[in-house]
Amino acid sequence: VSLLGLKTFHHGVHPPEAKDDTRDLAIRRFPFAPLLVIPLTQHLGRPALPCVREGERVVRGQRIAKPDGFMSVAMHAPASGVVRRIALCPSISGRMVEGVYLEPHPGSTQEVLEGEPCPLESAGPEEILSAIQEAGLVGLGGAAFPTHAKLKLPEGARVDTLIVNGAECEPYLTTDHRVMLEQRDDIFVGIRYLLRVTGVERVIVAVEANKADAGEHLRAGLPPDLPASVEMLRVKYPQGAEKLLITALLGREVPTGGLPSDAHALCINVATAAEIGRLLPRGRGIQERVVTVGGPAVERKGNYRVPIGTPLRFLLEEVGVAPDVNRVFLGGPMMGTAASSLDIPITKGTSGVIAFTETEAERTHRTVHPCIRCGYCVDACPMFLDPSRLGLLAQNGEYERMADDLDLMSCFECGSCSFVCPSHIPLVQEFRFAKAAVRKSRAA
Amino acid sequence: MARLESTLEIRTSPHVLSGYSVDTIMFNVVLALLPAAAFAVYAFGLMALVTLGAAVATCLVTEQVFCRLAGRPTTLGDWSAAITGLLYGLTLPPALPLWMTVVGGVLAVGLGKSLFGGLGFNPFNPALVGRAFLQAAFPVAMTSWVPAFQPGRFGALPASTATLPFSVPLVDGVSTATPLALWKFDRQATEWGDMALGFIGGSTGETCAVLILLGGAYLVARNMMNWRIPAAVLATVGVLSAGLHAVDPERYASAGFMLFSGGLMLGAIFMASDMVGSPMTGRGCLVYGGLIGVLVVVIRTWGGMPEGVMYAILLGNATAPHLDRWTRPRVYGTRGKVRP
Repeated sequence: VSLLGLKTFHHGVHPPEAKDDTRDLAIRRFPFAPLLVIPLTQHLGRPALPCVREGERVVRGQRIAKPDGFMSVAMHAPASGVVRRIALCPSISGRMVEGVYLEPHPGSTQEVLEGEPCPLESAGPEEILSAIQEAGLVGLGGAAFPTHAKLKLPEGARVDTLIVNGAECEPYLTTDHRVMLEQRDDIFVGIRYLLRVTGVERVIVAVEANKADAGEHLRAGLPPDLPASVEMLRVKYPQGAEKLLITALLGREVPTGGLPSDAHALCINVATAAEIGRLLPRGRGIQERVVTVGGPAVERKGNYRVPIGTPLRFLLEEVGVAPDVNRVFLGGPMMGTAASSLDIPITKGTSGVIAFTETEAERTHRTVHPCIRCGYCVDACPMFLDPSRLGLLAQNGEYERMADDLDLMSCFECGSCSFVCPSHIPLVQEFRFAKAAVRKSRAA
Repeated sequence: MARLESTLEIRTSPHVLSGYSVDTIMFNVVLALLPAAAFAVYAFGLMALVTLGAAVATCLVTEQVFCRLAGRPTTLGDWSAAITGLLYGLTLPPALPLWMTVVGGVLAVGLGKSLFGGLGFNPFNPALVGRAFLQAAFPVAMTSWVPAFQPGRFGALPASTATLPFSVPLVDGVSTATPLALWKFDRQATEWGDMALGFIGGSTGETCAVLILLGGAYLVARNMMNWRIPAAVLATVGVLSAGLHAVDPERYASAGFMLFSGGLMLGAIFMASDMVGSPMTGRGCLVYGGLIGVLVVVIRTWGGMPEGVMYAILLGNATAPHLDRWTRPRVYGTRGKVRP
């Protein structure tokens, strides 16, 4: 679909973009916290296996945990220091997970230990895949799916297009925007690696039109031998969702329950591509990531390259927050997760830390009314579900019916329905609950 | 920072909302109705003010009483009872006896809405439920019209307004027929320009089409009304009646007359589009609007009554949930593939 020359998908919503505060702020390094907490589960899949002992001295960049099987990635020391403990630590999900407590040396430098490089010219696809796994790379857009697993196409899959996702449709977040402006060459090198792994014919870098400067910057520097183009997309949420990106750019639908490769496409977040291009030639692992720290309650907003494992409390103290801050969440405001504790660390999947000060009036504004059948949610749902009807069924606990008759499992929880609902019915919350119930009963 | 943790609020995403809420939508509908209501008072004088006031007051009181009876917190703040009251009042003949206005208002909110569970659960437009009852119970009073712009209209009320319950309504010295009745019974057409501007007799708020359109445009611009519904109703009525008029101009009224006469504008714009009683899908709205348009033309042309907007909308309301089911869009990713 194309509107005014900009490609897009059907339905969706227009939350305030709120990116002006940080879009022009260059990425800056963040100091080391006195204690870093590196969970061994920062990705979807099995926890990594620690390969250091308590009391052991480690060097920044050194591998501290190795992948446990295919669906797992390595972890690297974000700073030089001493492993204090390997014990349970709090995570964003609320669950305690195993983690490495690392105390950086007071004078830990930014110097990084480098390993065996993965040369672009001579490495084969399998070597590149294992190098990506060893580098600990996961989808940096927030999903934290192991990148090598995503690139490992199913048997018989035919993929013709690689989409590098720079849509960054979540309000407030500007990390991908900055990465595109500041790490252009890394992105192109990363694309070259990805081309070797997947053997696709063409690459599309997809950028929402509110980052036109980044799109133009990439376009101007495109190496002539790279089969890549930059495509501007209409600003609309959730344009960055993989399926909708494929639909907008290629006019193809990913079948329900299928993978992007069923639509002959593959999507990689632009920051992930940049990290592949930055880490692989040097044999490094990922031990920091770019995080947008913003929201009305943050004093020194910005885009920071934050060491993995930095506790939220340290991060917020460093940037300064308003004394009456009452809401902190990781990720963007549409799909991000509220922080229940300030002891949880920044992980590979943390794209943003947003802090709000919500007034009493704003809170009462969320009074729940009955559904008035306005149909806003029906017009918003990018999957063409019927959130209104699903919401009514959810209230009666008819989860199986939601899944069987109304395609509940197609909901990817983008939050568009809850965003527009004038009755403030917590639709996504109900759907999350219902999906979990259906999954549980199907597994049984 | 120690304090921070204890005050952290944990809520699931999304963490931002569009800012639309039921009460702001409903309040804006009230705003959009005010110009038409103000014109009604200007055209009919004191009796329109009294009728509208009584209608709104009755609806608000009934809503409050039913909330009390049901043991629920008051819902007056969502403005929906005020809309029902205004719309109901605008559909009534301006000189209707007050006690009838009150009885109909109680039924509108009580039977039309509260007994079904309140806002969001009413299958039919409550204002029209109240009016339908009056139409059935008091057909004479409901079709006794007074001319607009009578001299001295701001000074005194017509005798009919103050009649006591169950006494025969006094017939006023001055009464008039609506353009629709003139056409139906005497084949006498009214200039549609006069109707558009409201220089005619009719129900309190059915007279000035321009102001009603203006209110509708405001709501569409604020995304508080689905434009498809009024557009489909008006387009269907326009096309159908233009076709009939072309066949036999003596028997069938012109499209302009059909569009601007009677309650069509008020009904198409403010009642057919009522969110609760209308479908939610885009295609459903078009079918629903088309259906109402066809019914309006059929009832007006071949029915026993001069006006059919009310029944057309009530019948449309009954089809809305089914239309939603029949026009449900294809879910993303289900094209030609068997789902696991």
